Amino acid sequence: MSSAPDHTPAPPSGGSPLLEVSGLRKSFGGTEVLTSIDLRVDTGTVVALIGPSGSGKTTVLRCLNGLEQPDAGVISFADGPAVTFSATTTRRRRESLRTRSAMVFQGYNLFPHRTVLQNVTEGPIHALGRTKAEAEELAVRLLDRVGLAERRDAYPHELSGGQQQRVGIVRALAMTPSLLLFDEPTSALDPELVGDVLRVIKELAEEGWTMVLVTHELSFARDVADEVVFMDGGVVVERGPASQVLGEPRQERTQRFVHRLLNPF
Amino acid sequence: MGETWQLVLDSFWPLLQGALVGTIPLTLISFALGLVIALVVAIMRLSGRRVLVGLGRAYVSAIRGTPLLVQLFVIFYGLPQVGLTWAAWPSAVVAFSLNVGGYAAEILRAAILSVPAGQWEAGYTVGMSRAQTLRRIILPQAARVSVPPLSNSFISLVKDTSLAAMILVDEAFKVAREISSATNEFLITYMEVAVIYWLICVMLSGVQDRIERRLERHVVRA
Ligand SMILES: Nc1ncnc2c1ncn2[C@@H]1O[C@H](COP(=O)(O)OP(=O)(O)OP(=O)(O)O)[C@@H](O)[C@H]1O
Ligand SMILES: [Mg+2]
Repeated sequence: MSSAPDHTPAPPSGGSPLLEVSGLRKSFGGTEVLTSIDLRVDTGTVVALIGPSGSGKTTVLRCLNGLEQPDAGVISFADGPAVTFSATTTRRRRESLRTRSAMVFQGYNLFPHRTVLQNVTEGPIHALGRTKAEAEELAVRLLDRVGLAERRDAYPHELSGGQQQRVGIVRALAMTPSLLLFDEPTSALDPELVGDVLRVIKELAEEGWTMVLVTHELSFARDVADEVVFMDGGVVVERGPASQVLGEPRQERTQRFVHRLLNPF
Repeated sequence: MGETWQLVLDSFWPLLQGALVGTIPLTLISFALGLVIALVVAIMRLSGRRVLVGLGRAYVSAIRGTPLLVQLFVIFYGLPQVGLTWAAWPSAVVAFSLNVGGYAAEILRAAILSVPAGQWEAGYTVGMSRAQTLRRIILPQAARVSVPPLSNSFISLVKDTSLAAMILVDEAFKVAREISSATNEFLITYMEVAVIYWLICVMLSGVQDRIERRLERHVVRA
């Protein structure tokens, strides 16, 4: 990844908030999964979201991407939209959030009936209204950056997991979102394929992409994240610079979690 | 023996004609319309809106819970009494389309549900609307799952169209009835028309195999 992203938003204007979330609540059938989440993501920074299974990390990402309807709270992007959720918030309103961010899924979720190139151009052509030529040009350039330009005509099932996930990342990039959301992007991968994907994410971070990354790879989080947010039971327990939260956690729950991940046996 | 053979030959062309102008177009038109109905009903049932879900469910239940012959008679003989008079052909098309619609709706619904939820989300995350995601991402994947069961419905329909003889639509079975009552050669004539139906179905199975193989190319098996 050498060339600068063309359609990408201008990287860091340092310290200005891109996304602000406050009081985000979500329950499923009476069980409160997110109790009151506050989050701020500055332009050009990487926020790593960590926490035990079931703590609500995926649900946060899904709310940010407009895939899930929060019960209450505010999600606002610096240059709009800002959506205040309540019982009467319409689906349309929620979906106005969608194109500001793009999600990279744990299980890739590529379109199996479309080629690599079509996977990447589907959204730009049919949702953003780009011409096929424009969309393909950008797609090929992005695929080239992750080393997959020659596989543009392959179908997802013909690729390794690591290659599929890189296509998943390119598919998200091609939407030129202001925020990238990663939900455990490497946890479905064979260990030897993890590195390729993490390298791509790291390069994107260095280029100035703003991202929220859910991960269990603590050393990676420490490496790329500006801020680490530790969640447990639907609340943010601790947040701060990566080195502090991962290195000298203040809260006991964080200490236990970090200790357990670093010493699994 | 020669006489029997002559009988078979004499009736073959009229029977085939019955198939060509009756059975086959009746099947094709009804199936096409039935699929449209089925798609609408399947989407109603998946819409999550109580009224639409209820209507869809009632429709499927009524179609599947009543004999096709009775449905045909209600439409052709019954509805004229409330002012809706149809010729035999359109009556048959309406009855068969509605019938296929009821069965195929369930097939399509199951096929749509069989596509992993992550495919919807992937469509949404690249900015597509529900309708776009359904059309461009979900239905193509649902289509390949539904080919085998839909083919079965299609082949059943070929045979079911013989019921249209009961409302005097000119199709293969009606021709067979006319020939046999004129010649009193019931066994030969009905066997012959049976063979014609059989041949049509065998050909269709061949087509089904081809379609399936085409669609199987990029299926992911989870
Ligand atoms: N659609 C849903 N319906 C009901 N419960 C749900 C739904 N989605 C999530 N949950 C519940 O919400 C809680 C939080 O789930 P979530 O997937 O956000 O956790 P997570 O932190 O991402 O966990 P993991 O690390 O295992 O991915 C869990 O208890 C989960 O069972
Ligand atoms: Mg999760």
